[in-house]
Amino acid sequence: MNFDIALLLAQDGLTNGAIYALMALALVLVFAVTRVIFVPQGEFVSYGALTLASLQLGKVPGTALLLICTGLVVLLIDGYGALRAGRLQRLPRIVLENLVLPLALAGLAWWVAPQKPALWIQVALALALVVPLGPMLYRLAFQPLQNASVLVLLIVAVAVHYAMTGLGLLFFGAEGSRTPAFSDAHFGVGTMSVSGQSLFVIGASIALIFALYLFFERTVYGKSLRATAVNRLGARLVGISTTLAGRLTFTLAAAIGAVSGILVAPITTIYYDSGFLVGLKGFVAGIIGGLVSYPVAAFGAVLVGLLESFSSFWASAFKEVIVFTLIIPVLLWRSLRARHLEEEEEE
Amino acid sequence: MSRPRLLLGAFLAALALGPAFLPEFYVTLLNYIGLYSLVALGLVLLTGVGGLTSFGQAAFVGLGAYATAYLTVAYGLSPWLTLFVGFALTGSVALLLGAITLRLSGHYLPLGTIAWGLSLYYLFGNLEFLGGQTGMTGVPGLSIFGFALDTGRKYYYLVWVLVIAAVFSVQNLLNSRPGRAIRSLRGGGVMAESFGVNTARLKIVIFVYAALLASLSGWLYAHLLRFVNPTPFSLNIGIEYLFMVVIGGARFVWGAVVGAGLLTILKEWLQGILPRIVGQAGEFETIVLGILLVLLLQRAREGLMPFFQRWVPPARWVNAPQSAAALPRRERPAPGETLLEARAARKQFGGLVAVNDLSFTMASGEILGLIGPNGAGKSTMFNLITGVLPLSGGEVHFRGARIDGLASRQIVRRGIARTFQHVHIRPTMTVVENVAIGAHLRGRKGVVAAALRRERAEEATLLHEARRQLERVGLGEHLYDQAGSLALGQQRILEIARALCADPVLLLLDEPAAGLRYREKQALADLLRRLKGEGMSVLLVEHDMDFVMNLVDRLVVMDFGEKIAQGLPRAIQSDPAVLEAYLGGVE
Repeated sequence: MNFDIALLLAQDGLTNGAIYALMALALVLVFAVTRVIFVPQGEFVSYGALTLASLQLGKVPGTALLLICTGLVVLLIDGYGALRAGRLQRLPRIVLENLVLPLALAGLAWWVAPQKPALWIQVALALALVVPLGPMLYRLAFQPLQNASVLVLLIVAVAVHYAMTGLGLLFFGAEGSRTPAFSDAHFGVGTMSVSGQSLFVIGASIALIFALYLFFERTVYGKSLRATAVNRLGARLVGISTTLAGRLTFTLAAAIGAVSGILVAPITTIYYDSGFLVGLKGFVAGIIGGLVSYPVAAFGAVLVGLLESFSSFWASAFKEVIVFTLIIPVLLWRSLRARHLEEEEEE
Repeated sequence: MSRPRLLLGAFLAALALGPAFLPEFYVTLLNYIGLYSLVALGLVLLTGVGGLTSFGQAAFVGLGAYATAYLTVAYGLSPWLTLFVGFALTGSVALLLGAITLRLSGHYLPLGTIAWGLSLYYLFGNLEFLGGQTGMTGVPGLSIFGFALDTGRKYYYLVWVLVIAAVFSVQNLLNSRPGRAIRSLRGGGVMAESFGVNTARLKIVIFVYAALLASLSGWLYAHLLRFVNPTPFSLNIGIEYLFMVVIGGARFVWGAVVGAGLLTILKEWLQGILPRIVGQAGEFETIVLGILLVLLLQRAREGLMPFFQRWVPPARWVNAPQSAAALPRRERPAPGETLLEARAARKQFGGLVAVNDLSFTMASGEILGLIGPNGAGKSTMFNLITGVLPLSGGEVHFRGARIDGLASRQIVRRGIARTFQHVHIRPTMTVVENVAIGAHLRGRKGVVAAALRRERAEEATLLHEARRQLERVGLGEHLYDQAGSLALGQQRILEIARALCADPVLLLLDEPAAGLRYREKQALADLLRRLKGEGMSVLLVEHDMDFVMNLVDRLVVMDFGEKIAQGLPRAIQSDPAVLEAYLGGVE
């Protein structure tokens, strides 16, 4: 290996690492606020990428129909609940969020998609179609289990991943897609060529991380999420709804996932089940940070990205083996550092 | 014959006669159900009972399958030999992975299993000598004493004999001395450790046991299909194994077979029907199965076995005999000899000094009361003596030997047994089994003997001892009730019986009278006096002053982590420092 190749691999690793950092960020966020280990995070990556790919082909993405269907289920459950409780004043909002909004978005997609609008409109539309699935997912799968143990929530998360992979196949088909790059620019730095796309991904990741930082530091909603993460009961006592916090968190997680998918779509071919591996690598990074520390998780993500790109050079067949085996020394290190914690489990 | 036995007999008869009547398709399906049941059974032990969640069992199945496939194809070894090579390989890998990941509590373990499950799967698919993604063909079939198991119908009997044997081995194991320890892992392990159970070791044992069952399933799979490729050992299949257990009911041994059967049939049916509805081929059953599982966890987290048990109540497994050989007892210290001595014992939690250089001694045959207002550090002191918490400074001596720094399970060996302020019982176990955990160190038969049911004589002595102690404390009528159904006061008494089962010379009781009615308190006081008469020493934390003053020989009073007084009950009652601590001083 010479220096040029090393730089090229490093560039690759950093680009992927930026995506993994976003994944790890979302995972840490969801775990801290809701105690859900969000295994289906990766599915939002696939959904985001494949939705954009459909729009670029001028087709109405499968997400539109999925959004309508999911909305209908939430509408039925929440509508029935509101009727039974006699709280009719809730109905307009339930109908608006779960019926009108999905129909409007799907209609927009149906009208706009064949016209092949500008890239930024396609990106905005793709996000608008995927992100509402986040809070709906929380409502359907996790909200009824708010007080369940971490392990039950984890098994539910895995079941959701399982279902969402199948839904991905149903709504997007088995073919993979790759979208054109956002930027075709190349910059010569010394002997090396840096692709505009890489810079774009890294830049977008950093921008998103900074935006999240502002959200958590400067806004009431961000602060209430942090409060919930620190102490759920305490947060409830000062009037922060756990349900609202959960929905908000899942909205953010879906948004981060979809953005990651849109960023990664021009770099690799994405299939309906590709997101899972991307998400899991985010997990390895998140675990390096103990699922609590954002900066360590981001550092771990870059480490995972670099490890992956360098091992694809030396032992490409064993790329995944190496990346996922990394977790074992990490866990060992964590276990040696871990103080003896007694966690009372439910019966 | 009882209803469960009748049902079991009918089930076994149907299993035995099945292949004679069923079409080939169903025999194949049943073969697969058997293979999956073996893996699910391991997960019942590991996850349902032991509380350790694994998504990676499919990888262990793969190790068993690839080990036998490679060795029989490349080296022509006998499958009966490679079975044990597979066991050795899977066992060592499980031992290594277990040693690393089982130390971690809670959610790290399942995440770890996802990671190594994926890692092993990619390894299978990328090793040239294992045939890569295309796999290996030409794996030989099995034959027993020259009788070739060359059809699905013949193979069926091997599969199901092994499944039934495995079911009974797990059931035997759970209803034994090590089994009771395994069943108490879930509560966090403090209780099990304080009665001498090495929980870390036990977790590894059940992890390896589950891995070996998976390896056996893999071996059967390879020789049934005569072909292996990586697909059936992927993470998705690993997840499905866990689904089976959740569907059937993770706490129930037969739940493994029920879950494996239901999921396999459902999947088969969905795979047939869904692509026709959708109009394209693909694994659409994952949608239905995933949603179904979410609903199940939201509505019926215990799985389907409880519904089944409402219809057929399970047979009672445990039977504590009225008479059995007495267990050997520990040698007692001479009355009056110094038994326990705390020398400047100290415990700090960050800036908070919970126990501040506390010193006291206790003589053999004495009942010593440790009292003080809430938050005085009494329970912390208990935890320091019993090794639940490490000391920040100072020493604790017991019968002349230093015991601080020892683990709880080593301290109980020396003859100190305790109860807990917040009761630590296993609510779904019977009262007598809960109490028998106390006698853990007085038996020595291990997992293998228990699985084979070669420990019945010892088991009888342990259960008899538990029964004897329960009768002694007045819970003799509740032997076979679920411990969770007792009133809180009775649960505290249960804890005393359990501590007595450990044959202690020093009994540490943390608020034993809380939640008791007046008569029950009198009975408890009588019991403690009787124990004292037999030479037992008792260290007691209690809030009920009437109870304490009439019972104890001496008192140590704590406030804010410090000893503020000690002496005879009469003197303590008029001690100004004590009055100030309890009633507040005059400003």
